[in-house]
Amino acid sequence: MTGKLNLDPALVGQARELAKRAGAPVVKLARTHTTVSVERAVLRLAGLDGADEDGMPWVNRLTDAVRESTGLEHGVALPVWDAMLTGGYPDLRTLAVDAAAGLVKFRLPAGHEGNAARDTAARSVKKGMARIDAQRAERDRMLAATSDPPMPWIYLIVATGDIYEDIPQAQAAAREGADIIAVIRSTGQSLLDYVPEGATREGYAGTYATQENFRLMRAALDDTSRELGRYIRLTNYASGLCMPEIASLAGLERLDMMLNDCMYGIIFRDINPVRTFIDQRFSRQVHARAGIVINTGEDNYLTTADAVDAAHTVVVSQLLNEYFGREAGLADGQLGLGHAFEINPEVPDSFMLELAHAQLVRELFPDAPLKYMPPTKHMTGNVFAGYLLDAFFNLCGVMTDQSILLIGMMTEGIHTPFLSDRDLALENVRYVRRAAGRLGQEFRPEPDGLVARRARQVLDESVDLLRKIGSQGLLNAIAAGTFGVTKRPPDGGRGLDGVVERADGYFNPAADQLETTPLEAKQ
Amino acid sequence: MSVTGIVRPYGDTTGDGRVQLSFTLPVPFGDEAERARAEGAALQLAAKMGLDPAMVVHAKGMGPDFTFFIVYGRVSHLVDLSAVTVAEREFPVLPAAEVNLRIRSALGRKLVVVGACIGTDAHTVGIDAILNVKGHAGEKGLEYYREIRVVNMGSQVGVADLVARAAAEHADAVLVSQVVTQRDAHLSNTREMSAAFHAGFGLQRPLLVVGGPRFDPGAAADLGVDKIFGRGTTPSEVASYLVHALTPESPDAAQRGAA
Repeated sequence: MTGKLNLDPALVGQARELAKRAGAPVVKLARTHTTVSVERAVLRLAGLDGADEDGMPWVNRLTDAVRESTGLEHGVALPVWDAMLTGGYPDLRTLAVDAAAGLVKFRLPAGHEGNAARDTAARSVKKGMARIDAQRAERDRMLAATSDPPMPWIYLIVATGDIYEDIPQAQAAAREGADIIAVIRSTGQSLLDYVPEGATREGYAGTYATQENFRLMRAALDDTSRELGRYIRLTNYASGLCMPEIASLAGLERLDMMLNDCMYGIIFRDINPVRTFIDQRFSRQVHARAGIVINTGEDNYLTTADAVDAAHTVVVSQLLNEYFGREAGLADGQLGLGHAFEINPEVPDSFMLELAHAQLVRELFPDAPLKYMPPTKHMTGNVFAGYLLDAFFNLCGVMTDQSILLIGMMTEGIHTPFLSDRDLALENVRYVRRAAGRLGQEFRPEPDGLVARRARQVLDESVDLLRKIGSQGLLNAIAAGTFGVTKRPPDGGRGLDGVVERADGYFNPAADQLETTPLEAKQ
Repeated sequence: MSVTGIVRPYGDTTGDGRVQLSFTLPVPFGDEAERARAEGAALQLAAKMGLDPAMVVHAKGMGPDFTFFIVYGRVSHLVDLSAVTVAEREFPVLPAAEVNLRIRSALGRKLVVVGACIGTDAHTVGIDAILNVKGHAGEKGLEYYREIRVVNMGSQVGVADLVARAAAEHADAVLVSQVVTQRDAHLSNTREMSAAFHAGFGLQRPLLVVGGPRFDPGAAADLGVDKIFGRGTTPSEVASYLVHALTPESPDAAQRGAA
């Protein structure tokens, strides 16, 4: 895309360099530590699923048992597959049951026995990787057999709490024009340190992310994709304390997009920063392998801070998400960087400022499938005014060539959308696309007009903030409350007790195989 | 304009009684016969709701099974303003900026809130909905308020630890969430907690607030706490209550000497 804002390429390059400088120490941390969820993801990739009678997954029971006896400094794989070999276990489930009952003595095997355990572990995990690869190929096959809808993709949410209610709603939304279905998770799942099991019918304001729910919804949307001749993408959330495991399940069950931000859990859910950065790196490696597009959560910053004052924090976070994402192996086409239309409509020129922000992000990340979020903060309950605001959001989205439009509901903040809310919202976006879909091609802001000047100002402020973060360190910046309004120190928050420094000889067959993801798998 | 007496909805003429409504019926809107039946169904509902005459101004099929309607009509109902009852709340719900301002001007420092789930209760959904920035029901949690400092101790916190932490943090208020109600655990845990605070702090104790889906909001005095919040409570209600109870112009706060 040719630039419309006269951004200084040197300044853009400098911004990326500064993001790298801020992020590199955190990547080092992720390379030298592991977490309970990373280790449980290894077991999931090796095929261990199911839960005990209390609903606690066997991956948790087995990981806890290993942690109690040998610790996790060397990873879960070495002691687990050693126990498999020496105990003659037929499968991981049988071992997990015995381990939970305290019947297994784990150890760190050395020499020949260590090699045997490592080889077996690598073979087991490879089966999971092969399934992820096969699902990626299946997505390509489905896309070829149906069709890939043109951008912007229309993104709609279902959130009934009951997977068997979600399915017909999702299928109806697809028939009405949705290209992407997101299943909202049950409130608070991000704070559970385990992934619930099975098909679930009860959730609070959303449906639990489980492997079975993933499978059921993907199968239903495959049927609908074939019916419509258009591939319907499925989205869920790889966030919270179980990010690596949920990413793995998403890869195994062919989800297409996952919410996966580098800092969201830290800021909004008080999850420990160190835990988050370790977990997000592994989860992004899995997403890279699986061909999953991540969606980052910058829109959230604007729900707590003023959308004009905090515009540059969005850009800073996008640059950090881009750095962390690329470092983990994601292609630019997998970086669904987020932003939002949240400026107070009472502000003069608010639409022009929105255009400036949206166009800036488009030009900074030309190959990223940008995800643009509709107004939520200034939806007042006046559904008529809200419908108008959503139309302006849609217009800004098509004018600035956004890739994914989350469709705004006029009843935002009132209730989970009625069937008619969704239908009216789709009517809104269809009208805007029909009426002004190609306006972007003719939209040329004045070189020194308000839009271009505002965009350059936001970029300047972003570079200043990145410089500050680089000099104090990202963890310190988060501790100082740079993002959002909360201070999150590196030794605070949930999940720190699940962080373990890797010892010499740490072994993680999944991480090994992900680090060497073949280039062709990266698009 | 009169604020007492009898009124009717106002369209464009006093007393015309005109209203608008929209709704969806699970009826198809396909061929002509189906369309006629759908509109008839909408008019029947409008009539039963007291709209007479009513007019379907818009009907649209949504998928094979549903139809959306916009209906205008005249209601025959009268509104008796003298019979309007307004639910009394002991405190007004304030916007975040107002809460922050009240704290800043009254306390001259941040208001400190220590929150926890006590006993064996591991259900932090409630306390997190109130405390986390993420919040609940479209509202940001207490962490979002610049003038409130939140210490969220998480779940399964012992009463002694909670008392000690409240003292160490100079807590103005302690928020306790209780979801599990087996053998009335929520009541016994709350009594144990309030007794410990009364014993440890005397009159200088922090404000004690509990919340959970199974509490009787009227039982605060019985349980030895200052306030009970039930199901559906939002962060701004809690923040507004804290400001009401803890800023000096309120009599409660003056009584307990908190400032």
